[in-house]
Order: sequence, then structure tokens, then C-alpha cells
Amino acid sequence: MSGLDPTETFRQEAQELLEQIEQGLLDLADRPGDRDLIDAVFRALHTLKGSGAMFGFDALAAFTHHCETAFDRVRRGEVAASAPLVAAVLAAQDHMRALAEGRPVAEGLDKALLADLQKAIEGDGPAPPTTPALKAFKIRFSLPADALVNGARPLPLLDELRELGEATVRVITDAVPPLGELVPTHCHLAWEVVLTTTHGRDAIDDVFIFVIDDMTLEVEDLTAPSEDAPVAEADPQEAVAPDVAANTPAAPGAGAEAGRAAKAGDTVRVPAERLDEMMDRVGELVIAQSRLKQLAASSSDVALRAVAEEIERLAAEMRDTMMIVRMVPIAQLFGRFRRLIHDLERDTGKRIELSTEGETTELDKTVIERLADPLIHLIRNAADHGLEGPEQRAAAGKPPVGRIMLAARQSGAEVVITITDDGRGIDRARVRAKAEENGLIAPGAVLGDQELLQLIFAPGFSTAAAITNLSGRGVGMDVVKKTIEGLRGAIDISSEPGQGSVVSLRIPLTLAIIDGLLVRVGASRYVIPLGAVEECVELSPAQDARSTGRSLITLRDELVPFIRLRDQFKTQSAPDPHQKIVVVATGQDRVGLVVDQILGDHQTVIKPLSSFHADVGAFSGATILGDGGVALILDIPAVVQMGQRHDAHLRAAG
Amino acid sequence: MTAILSVDDSASIRAAIKIALSAEGYSVTEAANGAEGLDKATAGGFDLIVTDLNMPVMDGLTMIQQLRGRPAGAGVPILFLTTESDADVKAQAKAAGATGWLTKPFDPEQLVRVVNKVLAK
Repeated sequence: MSGLDPTETFRQEAQELLEQIEQGLLDLADRPGDRDLIDAVFRALHTLKGSGAMFGFDALAAFTHHCETAFDRVRRGEVAASAPLVAAVLAAQDHMRALAEGRPVAEGLDKALLADLQKAIEGDGPAPPTTPALKAFKIRFSLPADALVNGARPLPLLDELRELGEATVRVITDAVPPLGELVPTHCHLAWEVVLTTTHGRDAIDDVFIFVIDDMTLEVEDLTAPSEDAPVAEADPQEAVAPDVAANTPAAPGAGAEAGRAAKAGDTVRVPAERLDEMMDRVGELVIAQSRLKQLAASSSDVALRAVAEEIERLAAEMRDTMMIVRMVPIAQLFGRFRRLIHDLERDTGKRIELSTEGETTELDKTVIERLADPLIHLIRNAADHGLEGPEQRAAAGKPPVGRIMLAARQSGAEVVITITDDGRGIDRARVRAKAEENGLIAPGAVLGDQELLQLIFAPGFSTAAAITNLSGRGVGMDVVKKTIEGLRGAIDISSEPGQGSVVSLRIPLTLAIIDGLLVRVGASRYVIPLGAVEECVELSPAQDARSTGRSLITLRDELVPFIRLRDQFKTQSAPDPHQKIVVVATGQDRVGLVVDQILGDHQTVIKPLSSFHADVGAFSGATILGDGGVALILDIPAVVQMGQRHDAHLRAAG
Repeated sequence: MTAILSVDDSASIRAAIKIALSAEGYSVTEAANGAEGLDKATAGGFDLIVTDLNMPVMDGLTMIQQLRGRPAGAGVPILFLTTESDADVKAQAKAAGATGWLTKPFDPEQLVRVVNKVLAK
């Protein structure tokens, strides 16, 4: 038995249907005549309308009805799926999404959208069909007294008659008894409908074709009064009389029942919160397990150790399985961008072709959601700043259609996403001029190519000389970088003048668990994400003494700046005699972090910091250690930035 | 236990049907489209089929046309539960052997009443 709330199921279903509609429409823009696509879009609209009405989304159902009707005409071949029509339904689809999500909608928007839709249909279609002659009928019907109890509903019948044409309905109350004799569950009413319609008599008979019980129906053709006298009709009884005799369930069928039920349950939908809850439990289990491991390690009880090992293995497997459960293919995300490209083409007047690769690459659901905005921004950037207009492209000897390629692939515990365009590439001179103008670099500063390109991600940098309504939305590339780093990812950019640019994002598969290096500074322990760690070296007392002024060490002929976490975190105790440097990489930079001791690697479940501490920049979360203690997880880019500020401050003071 | 096959491509509608009919003590098996419905119905063992009309892969009409030609589908009452109210389609459904027609959105109690009634006959 299903324990799910159908309304909630509908909300999820609506999302999927809207997605199907959007995809279908976008595909239709490429392959206008495709019957399968037209059918699929129609069906999705149809289901959305039907289920929406069922679960109280009346506005959605009513609005969708119009789009469905429009698409029905496409399906019947009366109207072509022209570009304006597709665009109109796409716009309407956004409105439907808002209605399905219960978001507030602008007043009058629905009317405007429907007007567009109407225009798109009329603008394209052949001349409207000539109106056939109108006929008028007088229809009188009544239901038996117990009809309502048996499930008959007169209202839909009246609605169907109204759909046939202009209907005037009059209810006949002659048969209603005095109040004392009235049986409230009985139907005492009859109806008289005068219908003006282009349909014939058959259409009216068909309305009543499935009415479940005996009823009286009189249909009088008012346009041909001379011939048709009122006709009394017997109920189409056989329509509803099931042949029970032939219907005894076969006994062996019962055995097969269980097998069938299991098959129907191949896929289970689970609300995301339940997965999060389960993830929390698994996290707690992992923590408890590491405590058990510590206890077992200090015990000589062989049996206890064996159990501890077994539990360790099981906990690890369970955690991995949990990870897999939370993974969703990135296709979900990529799919949304086709719509974006469609809009960008319209707004920029450029022709853009989007190709995608590696859609089956899977990522944690939360990560995927948080990647949407940065990717939208990067694609907008590529379309707006990267790609040239058709004339410019022609002049450069490139095909007129600009290409943006979106690719994802898994590489170890990370997913690499690249956004490639074949546009004009990044103009280094402009980047430099802009950065100098904004005071990000000193005029004439010597910068490596990567350093120069990375300036794009600096706060307060924007290359768009004239801010267009596309990229200039007050969000700079620095926000993109921040979001990616918030996901513990990294962003890189490379660009070939005249050939285009590649932005690549490296994102960890999941946010919930990290492999970290557990270190100690003074009495506190910290976790450094292992993905960022390049190597560990010793800071000899001699080097330590030498480097008091400039915090640099030489590592294989390369100077690497380092930061003393002891200073950053204002640790009071004296440093260990043999401090260690953990060299971490952030983007293109390598920075050393000086710690007292390296305790070893530690796989850890991340607990978010409380809202009071959420804006403490240097930490991305906390974790509970095997002995019950707490370690803070370092947010490497933030720590490095903090260290650089600190250094600059010292230099300025000293 | 009286077994009912519910065929609808909308998971929310299937859930609503299942909740209504299970509460009445019926065992409800679900299918997400006409082809799946036909497979399950052909295997037999159902006392009643409630089906949508417009579905991917195979629509409800095709499903019952094919089903009526098979031994397992010969006498089973089939109720259409659909948003469709087009008279032509209704006539086709009737010709194909549909027993009754309910319009979406439906009142779960009404569904139960109709199902009870059809099965009592």
C-alpha cells in the first residue's frame, strides 16, 4: 500500500512533466514535424491538466487546458508547430511551473501568455474552418432517485453538453417533494437544456452513452420541428452491465500476484529529506564506529577486534551505498541549459549550438542543485562575451553558428565539468586594462598568463564594457568562483585568442563526506580536505628561524609561501619543535600550512556549522572524531586568503 | 481478495486510486501505461480494470481492444477514468468493450461506489 501523499506525488510528477514538455518543445524547434514529439508534448500537457485538476491545482489545470487545446490542433495537423508557437508554449510552461510550485504569479500574466499563444496559432494556421450550420436541440433528462447514491454525477453531463456548443440549462424542480418527505440522498431534479451546436444528434446521444443507470432522456431537434417528435430513450443499459458470469477470477492468478506487485515496485521515489535523514544516521554510525575502532585498538580482546573490523567494513559499505543512492545523472542539469540557449539566441541575435557530453555522469543531488546558478552564469558569459555575432564570425572565417560545449566526466572522487566555446577568446589586454583600472593590480605589474586570466574571478572585476542585460546582472565571476569553492571545488580557465575559451570546474562527488588529513595545532585538531593536499614536508627549526620575515620555503627549486595556522588561529601554546608544512593547492596557487603534527588521514562526515558560526570564513564545517572530540574542517581557499591579508598587513606594518 | 488493475501514466492518480480502493479492501495492482497494463491483465486474475485513456507506449483504447480478444480479458469489466470527454472517443471506447466511464478529476468516493456497484452485479 502506498504511504505517499498523492498531492506531493503530483508536485514531483508536475516537475517531471514540465521538464518533458520543455525538452519536447526544444526538440520540436529542431525537428518541427516530428509526430512522436508532438504526441509526447500533448500527452504531458494532458496528464498535467488531468492530475492538476484532481489534486486541487485548479489554476494550473485551467491554464494548461488552453495549451493542451493548442497542441491538440498541432496533433491533428491543423496548425504547424512553428517557432512562434513553440516559443509561446515555452513561455507558458514557465507560468505552469510557477503555478505547480505555488509561487506567486503576476496578475494578468496568464491572459498575456494565452493571447501570445492564440496569436501564434492564428498567425500560422490555415484559414479558420468554415462554420457548419448551427442546430438547436432541447434536451430533457432526469436520473433515477438512487442515481447519486450509485455514483452518477449529472454535472459532468451538463459540462459535456456545454462543450458541444451554447447551452442554456434550466433545472426542473417539479419532482422535489415537500420537506417532510424529502430523502436527502435522492435525486429529485431534472434538467432541460437548450443547446445550439454545430454537432449533430449523435453527439448528444454520445454524451449520455456511459451514464451508469436507467434514466429518461428526451432530445428534440428544434431546427427541424416538423419531423422529429420528442423521442424517449431507454437507457443504454448494456453499456454498463458487466458480464459477471465470465468474470470469475481464475484461482492460479492469485499466485502470480506477488510477482507482479514486486515488478511494479522496481523504482521507488523517496523524498529528498528522507535521504538526508538517512545520511545523518549513517554519519552517526560512522562516528560511533570510529569510537568502537579506537576502543578495540586499545583492547586485547580478539573477538572484540574482529567485530570492530566487521563493523568498520559494513559501515564503509553502507556509507558508499548511501552515496550512490544520492547520486543523480547530471543530464538533469544539462537539460535545463537547452532552454537557456534558446533564450540567449533570441536575446543576443547570435546563433548558438549547444552540445553536451557525459550526461550520465553522476553527482550528489545537492551538488547538482548548487551547480545550476554558476553554470548558467558561465554559459551566459560564453554566449555573451565569448561568442561573436554571425558577421564577425564570418569575417574570422568561422562557421556562422557559435558552439558551446558542455562536458562532464568523472575523475577519481571528482567530477570535471568543462564549458568550452569557440568564440573570440579572452582579450588579455582588456583584462589587464580593466584590472589596472579597478586597482586589482599595479599598472605594469608582471603577471603570468594564468594569473592574468584568474583576475576575471577577482571580486569587483567585470570585463563587459557595456553591461548587457544578459551577463550584467550584478553577479560577477567572483560569485561563481565562490560558489564553486563553497562546493569544495576549483575553477580554472584557459583561453586561446580567436579560438575560444575553456572553463573547467572540478567538483567533489559529494558534499556529505570528505577524505581529510587530520592535523593538530596546539591542542586543537583540524581537518584539511585531502583533495587539496599536495604533499607534506618538515619545517626544520633552522628554516623556521630563517623565515620569520618572509614566509617562503623552497620546494624543489620553487618558492612556496606558507601560512602559520598557529598565528591565524591565535594558538597560545609554544610550537612543537618539529613543525610540519602541509602543502595545499587552490586553483593555480600552492600554499603551505604550518601545523604542529600530522595525525593521519581521516574519512569524515561533515556537520554544518551552526547559523551563528556560518560566516566564520576559515571553516567549512566540523566533524566528530573517534574519541568524541570535535575537529573543524578548514576551508582552504578562505584560509589562504586570510593568510595573504595577514601577510600584507604585517608587511605594511613592518 | 478482489483484485483490481489500475492503469494510469500519472503516479499521483495511481496513488489516489490505490488509496481509495485499498481502503475498501481491494487489492490494487498498478501499471504505468497500456502495454504494461495489457501484460498484467493478460496474465489474468483481475476482477476489474480501471484505466486512463491517453498514455505513452500504448493508449487505453488500444489496450482494451487487444485485451478483449484474449481469454483473460474477455469478461473483465473495464472502467475508463480519464479527462477525455470527446464523444467520438467515448463511442470508440464503448465499441471496444468498455464498461463505464468516469471523468477526471474524480471523487475517490464516487470511484469506490462505481467500482462496488460494477463488481456487485
